[in-house]
Amino acid sequence: MKIVLDHTRCTGLGVCESLAPDVFEVNDAGELIVKQDKVSDGQKDDVEAAVAGCPTEALRLES
Amino acid sequence: MPSSRHLVVVGASLAGLRAVEGARKTGFTGAITLVGAEPHLPYDRPPLSKGYLEPGMPPDTPVFRTEQTLRDELGVALVLGAEATALDTIRRVVEIGDRGIEYDAAVIATGAVARTLRGNAGLPGVHTLRTIEDAIAIRAALDSGARTVVIGAGFIGSEIASGARKRGLPVTVIEAQPTPLVRAVGEEMGAMCASLHQRNGTDLRCGVSVARVEGEHHVERVALSDGTSVDADLVVAGVGAVPATDWLHDSGLRLSDGVVCDETLFAGAPGVYAAGDVARWHNPLFERPMRLEHWTSAAEQGALAARNAVEPATAKPYATVPYFWSDLYGNRIQFVGIADADEVRMVDGDLDRDARCVALYRAGGRLVGAFAINGQSVIMKYRSMITTGATWSDALDFAGRRRPAVSPPR
Repeated sequence: MKIVLDHTRCTGLGVCESLAPDVFEVNDAGELIVKQDKVSDGQKDDVEAAVAGCPTEALRLES
Repeated sequence: MPSSRHLVVVGASLAGLRAVEGARKTGFTGAITLVGAEPHLPYDRPPLSKGYLEPGMPPDTPVFRTEQTLRDELGVALVLGAEATALDTIRRVVEIGDRGIEYDAAVIATGAVARTLRGNAGLPGVHTLRTIEDAIAIRAALDSGARTVVIGAGFIGSEIASGARKRGLPVTVIEAQPTPLVRAVGEEMGAMCASLHQRNGTDLRCGVSVARVEGEHHVERVALSDGTSVDADLVVAGVGAVPATDWLHDSGLRLSDGVVCDETLFAGAPGVYAAGDVARWHNPLFERPMRLEHWTSAAEQGALAARNAVEPATAKPYATVPYFWSDLYGNRIQFVGIADADEVRMVDGDLDRDARCVALYRAGGRLVGAFAINGQSVIMKYRSMITTGATWSDALDFAGRRRPAVSPPR
């Protein structure tokens, strides 16, 4: 699975980082960095929670 | 799972929508009915006091899903513009006036309603902000240059003040307490939020209450308890919200500032769970009952309440570190955890120097909360630390490592 970030929607709230810190991080400028766009099996649950938890619906998973 | 089962979700806002989606995601193939008091498709509320009030072209209503998606992809029967009036937990029926909808499983997600000022309901120009209609009216008043008075310096009231100042309008915020937001973020950081108002030209008056809202055919002024008055074309009461439980009074459910639930969001009657602003549940992470009016918990509780309702045998608890955010005068405010602390310590930043500050909250030897203004790069790291039960000294060590070694004053 691959993570797709819509930069026009993301406002750097960081809910994703709190749920999947290996994959997402908000930098000092307040912008979201996707540290890896491929999701391993072990990360799937956390990343799905991060996608569902995004208040601006800026994240999507593509298989 | 028998496909004949019927899930009824009462409340068609974020928690209700996520309940529908959560049930389908878990493989529920029975019928789902979504009942909503407002005539609209589920829409997002945080933008109503934030982006929706920005100057410029009025944005569209922030609807979550199209009607087609709800009906065709999620297979939901929509019953909108229909206020639930009672819940019969014996016969398992949601009543909407004369109409009854039978359920096997139900999720209560009726949210909260804005508290209003006493004695001036219906005077034009006086509003609360909870619905899209409220936001449209407030936006129109701001666009026409209204002298604005906000009653209550909570986050919604403060965001409205911010929207007014962006248009250069005169704004007064009236707060009864000596410091705003004490319950939400504690005294020290409440004072920090107060300073944002002052820096941005909002007249914040604390420790004074509203005596009367005056006006003949339209609001004209607000008279205060200290004998002064403020002229106003727009008055917005941001004085909190109360959980929408009136319709449940004869249900037999336990109500105490919300629907009382266990840690799985189970409301105590067979098949009935609750989610979102209306739910007071036991949060195992802090070992206490909580009722949150936050986006994140509404979304997560909605999904979990529905899963637990359709598969009660494997019901899971909902444990969370509360999180909310606010946007004030171009600054992002974020809070994680709880503000009920033995100590609040500022660990980074200086509003005067770099428009940024981070504070940590200690209870006993544990980190229980973190507050940030423009601290997006660290706030969620503290949320993770609170989730895993980090000690206070771990948190301080982390804060020390994150602080820039040299931060020259500007």
